[in-house]
Amino acid sequence: MIRVEDLEKVYDSGDRALDGVSMEVGGNEIVAIIGPSGAGKSTFIRCINRLTEPTGGSVWLDETEVTALGGSELKQARRDMGLIHQEFNLIERLTVMENVLSGRLGYMSAWRAFRRDFDAEDISRAREVLDRVGLGGHENNRADELSGGQRQRVGIARAVIQRPKILLVDEPTSALDPETSIEVMDLLTEIAREDDIPVLINIHEVDLAVEYADRIVGLSDGRVVFEGTPEELDEQAKDTIYRGGESREERDAAAEARDANAGGSDDRDDGLPEDVTQRTAREG
Amino acid sequence: MSDSTNTESGPKTPTGDDWHRHSRRERLARYGAVLGTLVILAVAWRSMEVNYDYVASAPREVGDLVARMYPPDVAYTTEIVGPLIETINISILGTGLAIVLAVPVAFLGAENTSPNRLTYWFGKFIISFTRSVNVIIWALIFVVLFGPGALSGVLAIAVRSVGFTAKLIAEAIEEIDHGQVEAVTATGASTVQTFVYGVVPQIKPAFVSVATFRWDINVRASTIIGFVGAGGIGVALQTNINYFNWSAVLTILIAILGIVLLSEGISAYLRKKVT
Amino acid sequence: MATHSNPEYDGEWHRPTAFYNRYVKYAVYALIVGFVLFSIWDLRVSLDRFLQGMSAGATLVSNMLPPAATPSQFQLMVRGVVESIVMSILATAIGVVVSVPVAFMAANNLAPKPVYAVGRGIVSVTRAFHELIVAIVMVKAVGFGPLAGVLALSFKTVGFFGKLLAEEIEDIDVGQMEAVEAVGAGKLHIYIFGVLPQVIPRVIGLTIYRLDINLRHSTVVGIVGAGGIGITLLNSFQKYDYQFSSLIILVIVCLVIVGEVVSAYARRRVQ
Repeated sequence: MIRVEDLEKVYDSGDRALDGVSMEVGGNEIVAIIGPSGAGKSTFIRCINRLTEPTGGSVWLDETEVTALGGSELKQARRDMGLIHQEFNLIERLTVMENVLSGRLGYMSAWRAFRRDFDAEDISRAREVLDRVGLGGHENNRADELSGGQRQRVGIARAVIQRPKILLVDEPTSALDPETSIEVMDLLTEIAREDDIPVLINIHEVDLAVEYADRIVGLSDGRVVFEGTPEELDEQAKDTIYRGGESREERDAAAEARDANAGGSDDRDDGLPEDVTQRTAREG
Repeated sequence: MSDSTNTESGPKTPTGDDWHRHSRRERLARYGAVLGTLVILAVAWRSMEVNYDYVASAPREVGDLVARMYPPDVAYTTEIVGPLIETINISILGTGLAIVLAVPVAFLGAENTSPNRLTYWFGKFIISFTRSVNVIIWALIFVVLFGPGALSGVLAIAVRSVGFTAKLIAEAIEEIDHGQVEAVTATGASTVQTFVYGVVPQIKPAFVSVATFRWDINVRASTIIGFVGAGGIGVALQTNINYFNWSAVLTILIAILGIVLLSEGISAYLRKKVT
Repeated sequence: MATHSNPEYDGEWHRPTAFYNRYVKYAVYALIVGFVLFSIWDLRVSLDRFLQGMSAGATLVSNMLPPAATPSQFQLMVRGVVESIVMSILATAIGVVVSVPVAFMAANNLAPKPVYAVGRGIVSVTRAFHELIVAIVMVKAVGFGPLAGVLALSFKTVGFFGKLLAEEIEDIDVGQMEAVEAVGAGKLHIYIFGVLPQVIPRVIGLTIYRLDINLRHSTVVGIVGAGGIGITLLNSFQKYDYQFSSLIILVIVCLVIVGEVVSAYARRRVQ
């Protein structure tokens, strides 16, 4: 279980990306974080395993305070958190097998890692996991030979083989086409159920979040502005998350007034993804 | 200025029978550049104070030399096997040592891995200084230090190659995709492991191609450092030239041509293999 | 959690290698290590000698510092540097002029097969030999002095320039050539109006680049007697006048770096 208390991140540039975010994720629930771009979603995920160092607040993994750990203890804690990346971040020039097994690096010596001398148990498990993500037989392919969807599956396998206590997922579908996105989301849900671990997923496609998540957290300007079930995410909640409380009608009226003044410039900087605009238009 | 069709910036004069490729100012600049070049060449030629008798006889002398070289001294072949092997040894050891020395220099000279500005400029200094001094000058220096022999040659080749090798490796390091490094960090890997999995695979192709490419260059360099006593086939070549054994010289030249072409082939093959 | 190891899955895996299999790979590695060890043994490199050299190095460096020259030495050096620069300019000009026909011969889209073979042969041979080997032969042919250097550097320029220019010619737009041919022009006219205009910007760029390379080489061909600052440097070493040597080396380094910077700037302006 992961518990985040009052997490804060202020970048050197003075940007306040996270402004006191608190939440708890446990069991085998899937929690989706949605919000406009720049709301701090990625920063939040990265602050949990401290790839980005938070400037305030604390993160707890079960009984361990991750934010208080140093050096090797932090590395140990990271083994328990599987991270799946937005751009896959596979080691492009290594084989699929090496990429998956790099998830076990925390458990082996540097010398054995250098010699690619992996445990037989890890290797057989890697084969099993690859089968599970539908990539059986691809272990000797180089990562740069794979398609986007296949790469993300390798990324998932790398996280799963860590036997993590939680999966942190950063925009898993933003580099994929809609069909592959659904396959990847199905796979993540399946893993959460079968391995009985929670998944914290950061996603900009609201419809995917609604379809797959047990709980949705809305982030806006570094603050939690919504928390509830997918059913509770109504138009008003979306307005809160994406437009700072303005309703769509108000927003449009304001925009029209602005356009009239500016001579019809097409300036819609609401940070709202295209598909959400379409959805709300359709439903409204 | 490659527009030979020239429709827009065409003739400035309206009269139909006067056509020029370029406008007047462009033409003046061109004439100026050509004239300037000619003047420089003339001045350069004058300052050489060339003896025209020598120039006139040069083609004949060279032809004469070639005539005296042919046919190559086949019997001499057995004597140059040793120096040839030494030449190749020098090139391999020199390149190997250069790589060992170049790796730390490359990390100093790459903007994203150098600890601070001072070390960065230090790395850059080593890179450009070692590159700017010719291998034969390094050989002169090392012969003073270590005496004549192959060791001086190896060191000369190594030091000369450090800058080149380090520069290209540093460029590869600067182009690393940081996401891959981060992904390995996120699995809880140690710093060394992160380096082995996140960084090494990304710079390996550059590393191998730089090493083989440099080795190819160094084979050529190893053939001449013998002129100042730093070992290899150059020693035999110079001796034979001084004694006017021209047919033996031709044998050596053919042998050099052979190893140079061979190393070029091997180096090209290896570079293709590792991509 | 499905964490137990499943006996259905093979616990052995070996990384595919660029060689045929991993035994070949180990054999290749062993061969390389063996060869390096043999090289070290063959060159009779001993730690003792190495350490001796290192201490000699400290002495040499202290003898070299600070770089200095007497007034007459200074004059000698200036003359050597000027001679090097002059040699590189002349060699570039001669080499470029000679290599243009060679390049046409070595371009496989223009030259007939036998001519192409000759052109390629000239390029390969001129490229294969180090400039100092060419220089030492030239010195024997035409005597000591800058003329030998100019000839040697011109010779090397032909190989370099011929190769790169030939590649450039192979990449040209055939349409422009055919257009000239279509108006009934002769072969020479086709080359002059259909081919040259397309490659001239590259010729200028390559010339500047080669000038830079020739400048570097002109500073060292003197070591075998072919003129330039190299002779002065060699003499200073032979007279153990290391302060003068270090000054000359510094001047050469500056010359090379300035040449590189100017050449890079000029090429950017041209292209």
